[in-house]
Parts: sequence; C-alpha cells; structure tokens
Amino acid sequence: MSMNYTFSFKNNSFLYQFFEGAKDTFPLVVGAVPFGIIFGTLAATAGLSSWATMGMSMFVFAGSSQFVAVSLVFAGTAWPMIVLTTFVVNLRHMLYGATMVPFYKHLSPFWKIVLAFGLTDETFAVSVNRYSRKDGVTGKRYYNLGSMVFMYTNWNLCTFIGLTAGKAFPGISRWGLDFAMPATFIGMVIPYLVTKPMWASVVTAGTVSILAAGLPHKLGLMAAAIAGVIVGLVCEKIFCNKEELI
Amino acid sequence: MFDMGISLNEFYMVTGMAVVTFGIRYIMFPISGRFKFPELFNRGLKYVPPAVLTAIIVPSVLMPHGNTLNLKLTNPYLVGAIAACVIGGLFKNLLLTIVVSMIIFLVCQWAFAFGAV
Repeated sequence: MSMNYTFSFKNNSFLYQFFEGAKDTFPLVVGAVPFGIIFGTLAATAGLSSWATMGMSMFVFAGSSQFVAVSLVFAGTAWPMIVLTTFVVNLRHMLYGATMVPFYKHLSPFWKIVLAFGLTDETFAVSVNRYSRKDGVTGKRYYNLGSMVFMYTNWNLCTFIGLTAGKAFPGISRWGLDFAMPATFIGMVIPYLVTKPMWASVVTAGTVSILAAGLPHKLGLMAAAIAGVIVGLVCEKIFCNKEELI
Repeated sequence: MFDMGISLNEFYMVTGMAVVTFGIRYIMFPISGRFKFPELFNRGLKYVPPAVLTAIIVPSVLMPHGNTLNLKLTNPYLVGAIAACVIGGLFKNLLLTIVVSMIIFLVCQWAFAFGAV
C-alpha cells in the first residue's frame, strides 16, 4: 500500500497506477474479507470439497453467485441447474462489460481477457470512476489491473482462511458475518445518489427486489435492476435540465 | 452427490460456472465492434451498478432469513443497514461505513439474540 511513497514512482507511471488502483480498492477489499471468509466456512459446512471451493474462487471469482451455488449444493441441486443459476445471478456483469467497451476498445485481446475475467462489482465500480475521469492519463488499464489483482488475491486468501476455519469451527457460519456484503454495497451505492433520476432508480430497484423476491432462480434481481434502469431513464426525461444530469 | 473428495459433478459445476461467468463478462468486447448500441442503452448503463447493488442489498437486509419481511428494529441487518446509510451519507467514507456498520450489526445481533435489549 505505502509502496508508492517508499519508492519514487514517476507520477502516472504504470506501476504507480497499479498501486493507485489497489489503494482505491482497499475499502472494498476490507468489506470482502468477512464475505470471503464466510464463503469458505459455508462451503466447508455445506459439504463442498476443498478443491471445488478453492476452484470457485480461483476460476469463477464472483462472490454472490458462489454463495448461491453453495446454498444450492447444500440443497442437493444438480450441477446444470447451479450453472444456469450462476448465469442468471451474474448476468448483470454483461452490463458492466458493455460499460467498459469504450474504455477497453484499444486494448489487445490478451488485456481484454484478463480485465474481463476480473470484472467484479468492486473492481468495476472503482475502475469505471477512474476511466471516466478525463485527465488525459494513459495506461489506466494498470489501475484496473491493480484493483483486480488486489481483489483476487484477497478473495482467494480469505476463501482459504474460511475453509480452514470452517473445518476447525463448524459453528462459524452462524456468526452473521454475511452482513459484510450489504454493508459494503451500501457504501458503494451512496456516492451515486446525487441526482433525482438516480434516487428514483435506486428506490425502484429496492422496491421491486422485495416485490419480486418470490421469483425463482434469483430472477427478482434482474427484474429489479431492469425496473431501476427504466425508471432512471424516464426520470431523466422528466427532470430534463442540465443540473439534474451528471 | 458431493460427498467425494473431488467428484466429477463438482468439476462440471466449477467449470460450468467459470465458463458462464467469464463468458458474461467478456462477450460485449468481441461483439461491440459489429454493431452500435442505441443511445438510450448507453445512457441507461450508468444506472446499472447502483440499481443492481440495491436489488442485492434490500432483500438481504429486509428478508435476512428467506422470503418473510422483517421490518422490526430487532432485525440486526436492518439496524446495521440504517447505520451504514447514515454514516455513509454523513462522512462519505467507505471504509468507515463498512467497519462501523459491521460493529453495530454484530453488537445488535449479539444483544438481540441474548435478549439484552
């Protein structure tokens, strides 16, 4: 963390940007610590093998869908259904990808593959802010990479700790550390709440998420997100003056 | 079904989840050059992160144990979430919001569970 102070990186050098990305992701990494640990403990108590638990964090790298998968494994669900549910739960990431298209346009296929793999809620939120700042800095992909590498390392480390702890203390999954996810996400939503259309969008998404909670396979999440986006766009039209739009 | 150390079903599950998740995150890059997104779609994108995150937050806070609403102030998830909103709104500091609301949540959960309040 403090490396960019101990070494004198040229400002905006690639290494400097890498550590800037990691630094700006730090609060989200802190939020992901209990989340990752609880995932490891839940997986251990749900009967998932250590191999499959670590494999999920290493190759899937998508927190909420990993939680859903563990609960489905516990309920004895067949693997094709778990994969399908993962698809639905993670469908929102397609919209993250769409948002990144203009920023990744000039990158090599290798960079696109690496950065797309790490497009989690957290890294997306942090990186999109950096890309959107029009300060003429080049090589923002290193900022994105720094955020992603920090999240990835932490997520796998915490999964491993949780897995070990879950085997040692089987009761740990009932401590309620699962509040870490909503706490982190609330902190991430608040900075967005500066315009009326954004407020309307968020209130709508929250309301629909409750009304549609009974829908199977987490489809309520998609319904709520789509409703939120539509209401946001409609409100943009209604409050159509410049200061309402950012 | 998942009782073996490394079962074939687990392998299929993890592989399937990995392929599907990467596919979702990547698909927009190869196809984006082939057509242009309508202007409305692009404007709608900025509502995606807050709307999706809120749709994850609200049920996990108001329905912490399945499909029943718990709007009582003895719901530690609700108290913690209110604390997170207040702290986040006042100080605009992510780390402070997460740490303090986690502490409040854990204290409430402990207090409510043992009937101290």
